[in-house]
Amino acid sequence: MIVATLAFYVFAAVAVAAGVMVIASRNPVHSVLFLILAFFNAAGLFVLLGAEFLAMILVIVYVGAVAVLFLFVVMMLDINFVALREGFLKYLPVGAAIGLMLLAELVLVAGAWRFAPRAKSVLDAPAPPLDQLSNAQALGRILYTDNLYLFQAAGLVLLVAMIGAIVLTLRERAGVRRQRAGVQLARRREEVIEIRKLPAGGTPSGGTPAGGGGR
Amino acid sequence: MYVLTIFLPLLGAFVAGMFGRYVGDRGAQYVTCGALIVAGLLSPFILYDVAVLGHTRDVVLTTWIASGDLELSWALRFDSLSAVMVFVVTVISALIHVYSVGYMEHDPHKPRFMAYLSLFTFSMLMLVTADNLIQLFFGWEGVGLCSYLLIGFWYHKPSANDAAIKAFLVNRIGDFGFALGIFGTFLLFQSVSFADVFAAVPGKAGATLHFLSWDFHALTVLCLLLFVGAMGKSAQLGLHTWLPDAMEGPTPVSALIHAATMVTAGVFMVVRLSPMFEYAPAALTVVTVVGASTAFFAATVGLVQNDIKRVIAYSTCSQLGYMFFAAGVSAYGAAMFHLYTHAFFKALLFLGAGSVIHAMAGEQDMRKMGGIWRTVPYTYAVMWIGSLALAGIPFFAGYYSKDTILESAFAAHSGAGLYAYALGTLAAFMTAFYSWRLLLMTFHGRPRADRHTMEHAHESPWVMLIPLFGLATGAAIAGFAGYDAFVGEGRGDFWGKSLLVLGPHDTLEAAHHVALWVKLLPLGLALSGIALAYVMYALKPEWPGLLAARFRGLYLFLLNKWYFDELYWNVLAEPAMRLGRILWKGGDGAIIDGLGPDGIAATTQSLARRAGLLQTGYVYHYAFAMLIGVVLLVTWYLLVRAG
Amino acid sequence: MSVGLGHYLTVAAILFTTGIFGIFLNRKNVIIILMSVELMLLAVNVNLVAFSAFLGDLTGQVFAMFVLTVAAAEAAIGLAILVVYFRNRGTIEVEDINMMKG
Repeated sequence: MIVATLAFYVFAAVAVAAGVMVIASRNPVHSVLFLILAFFNAAGLFVLLGAEFLAMILVIVYVGAVAVLFLFVVMMLDINFVALREGFLKYLPVGAAIGLMLLAELVLVAGAWRFAPRAKSVLDAPAPPLDQLSNAQALGRILYTDNLYLFQAAGLVLLVAMIGAIVLTLRERAGVRRQRAGVQLARRREEVIEIRKLPAGGTPSGGTPAGGGGR
Repeated sequence: MYVLTIFLPLLGAFVAGMFGRYVGDRGAQYVTCGALIVAGLLSPFILYDVAVLGHTRDVVLTTWIASGDLELSWALRFDSLSAVMVFVVTVISALIHVYSVGYMEHDPHKPRFMAYLSLFTFSMLMLVTADNLIQLFFGWEGVGLCSYLLIGFWYHKPSANDAAIKAFLVNRIGDFGFALGIFGTFLLFQSVSFADVFAAVPGKAGATLHFLSWDFHALTVLCLLLFVGAMGKSAQLGLHTWLPDAMEGPTPVSALIHAATMVTAGVFMVVRLSPMFEYAPAALTVVTVVGASTAFFAATVGLVQNDIKRVIAYSTCSQLGYMFFAAGVSAYGAAMFHLYTHAFFKALLFLGAGSVIHAMAGEQDMRKMGGIWRTVPYTYAVMWIGSLALAGIPFFAGYYSKDTILESAFAAHSGAGLYAYALGTLAAFMTAFYSWRLLLMTFHGRPRADRHTMEHAHESPWVMLIPLFGLATGAAIAGFAGYDAFVGEGRGDFWGKSLLVLGPHDTLEAAHHVALWVKLLPLGLALSGIALAYVMYALKPEWPGLLAARFRGLYLFLLNKWYFDELYWNVLAEPAMRLGRILWKGGDGAIIDGLGPDGIAATTQSLARRAGLLQTGYVYHYAFAMLIGVVLLVTWYLLVRAG
Repeated sequence: MSVGLGHYLTVAAILFTTGIFGIFLNRKNVIIILMSVELMLLAVNVNLVAFSAFLGDLTGQVFAMFVLTVAAAEAAIGLAILVVYFRNRGTIEVEDINMMKG
């Protein structure tokens, strides 16, 4: 039990610290790396909560895809190290006030709420005990049945995002050579090959070789 | 015939005014002069039929207003009084139309001038033939309008514009009193038509008007209010300031409007309303005092004026005072008689002055004239006739009318009457004096104009002289020709019902029986006035200058018209304008506009500008704003719902 | 002391506010904003899974999976936009993104 508690505090502390460093570090690459750290620790928290499938998914998708994407973009763009500007302090009072107010409210809610008495009896998808099914199996059981529509829609969202990203960033470059398979396959013999008779042992009678190299 | 006489001038005005461009200058002149001459030729027949034969008639044209108790129609009332006025107006207007053809020869706007003159004549005719107060007021306003248009005829001159506005404004003050009088009349009699009102006056002789917790004698109040209107129109003391400035207009205008016809509308009105005034003796007293004071005041000012037209203008003002105090002592016939003779000789004097100005190439200052009697003999002759008539020398027109007035005033035996007699005779002395001063300065002595003007001085053309001769004839014979009918034995038959004189008031009757010295005193003073003028301006020409230097204060006081204009400006006009400015800038501008349109617009603009600062363009600012919104929402939710 | 639901929720709250701070306190570049959004989504995920565990309801985890999916898609699109923006403007500094200034 004590290990779990300790693990929780470690994960939580590191996650929070990493989150703060994301926005506070000067080097954007460092920011991304700290983000990755925060994700890892969040995954740890998920494991502690018993949602190991989700934790792994977090690592694979968030860290493996999203954070790496961030890193790619950070490397690609010409981002300078920025000295901390004076203007930072201009917003600090208001921003701090708002943030603290929000935090206070959240903590207030967190401390003063309680479950409704009927809550436990109106569960939408009760989790089966762990000795019967693992987390992944349990999730799979409801995902492909009750929430099928949402699942497919999520897939569609991803498809659209993919196409969208390509559409946004694709640009035609002049002078780039690329293959056009359709044209290549539609090429006919008559267009590209010419047979010439060459006299034996003599100089070729002034003709250029047939268009060998192709287009 | 009756309707034609009244409406022919309107037709002339319409043609000349609307179609002046198409008929041309000559066409406009022919049409208007023709119309007026026809009307002028018809008017003696009307006068004979109505006054001598006694056929008064009412010609109803159409209903005008029929609203509740107020019912009036456009109607022409021809009785002796209006017939006399129609005669005077049309004849003199016709002569002046013809004169204007010559006088305005070099003016580029002849059709407009002729149209205005004819329009004025029409308005005046409507005024005198009105059978109710509202129609009279219509004519009243019409002549006021035409006066404004004609005084400001040369509208490029700022002084002319100012004078026109001044005339209109001062008239307006009088008109306000007049309007109040009309309202009061309707209140008291439930009608404004003369027939109804005059019939009901004896019954209401003792009626009172209750106003602001005081009781006033109704008829006195009404007559005083109506008299205020007359004061404005006829330039009596207090509302006289516009008349001298009205000389800015062309001389035919001064002759027609400010000598013969418009300014006499006030006198006409008082005489027309004699049935009312007779029952308001207090009002009559006021009329007498005002009239006498005006006569005296204007004569004193006329003594020292240097502009030839201004002298004659003050003379007009003074003579109008005579007419009023004649009416004030109930000698209405004498007032009308003087109106009639005065129209002739005053118009003659003005047109003669116009002839002089024409000869001297526009010069109006008498100090720059002199020595031209041989050059303009006809003008000189008619000016003599006019001056003789004005001064009241026997045989000429003014003698009959003026002396009758003075005798009536004396015969009234009231304080006001004697006051009027005293001032009137003094004014007669001064009148004679300044008339001969004018003659001597203008025509005699060493020429004071420059050589170029003197070389080009010439007599007026025939088109200007013929009307002068016509008027001179009138000035000469109108007096003894009309004496019997207007004020003599035949006056009862002549006037008939058109004016009312209550028995005890009949001063005209008493005037015929006054002592001999009363009759001869004015004549004696007139002759001595002429003599004094001869001495001062022909024998000893250095005396006027010496006297003016010796009594400088008095001289300036008279020269500046008793400082009335300055008084009015400082006491009335300047504070009114200041108040207006304060209300405009402060009240209207700052408060109403400031709180209303301008203020709201400015506030909206500043608010919008401040709101626009939110649009910084930085997305993270917008995100921040969204966040603040979320936080507030959550806070509210916490406090309100979950609390 | 045993770790209760409240602890997890607190952690999630702190991560969430950290992400919010990152959005408007950062003066450096736009990538930080995108990363802050990811942080916020992560906090939400923690919240969902914590509830799911303590209620014994798998719906929370399913929801968290979908959040994950959408977060990935959104990150991809966001970065694509950023790349295109950088191509056109040459900078991704926050202060230069003010063309919508009204």
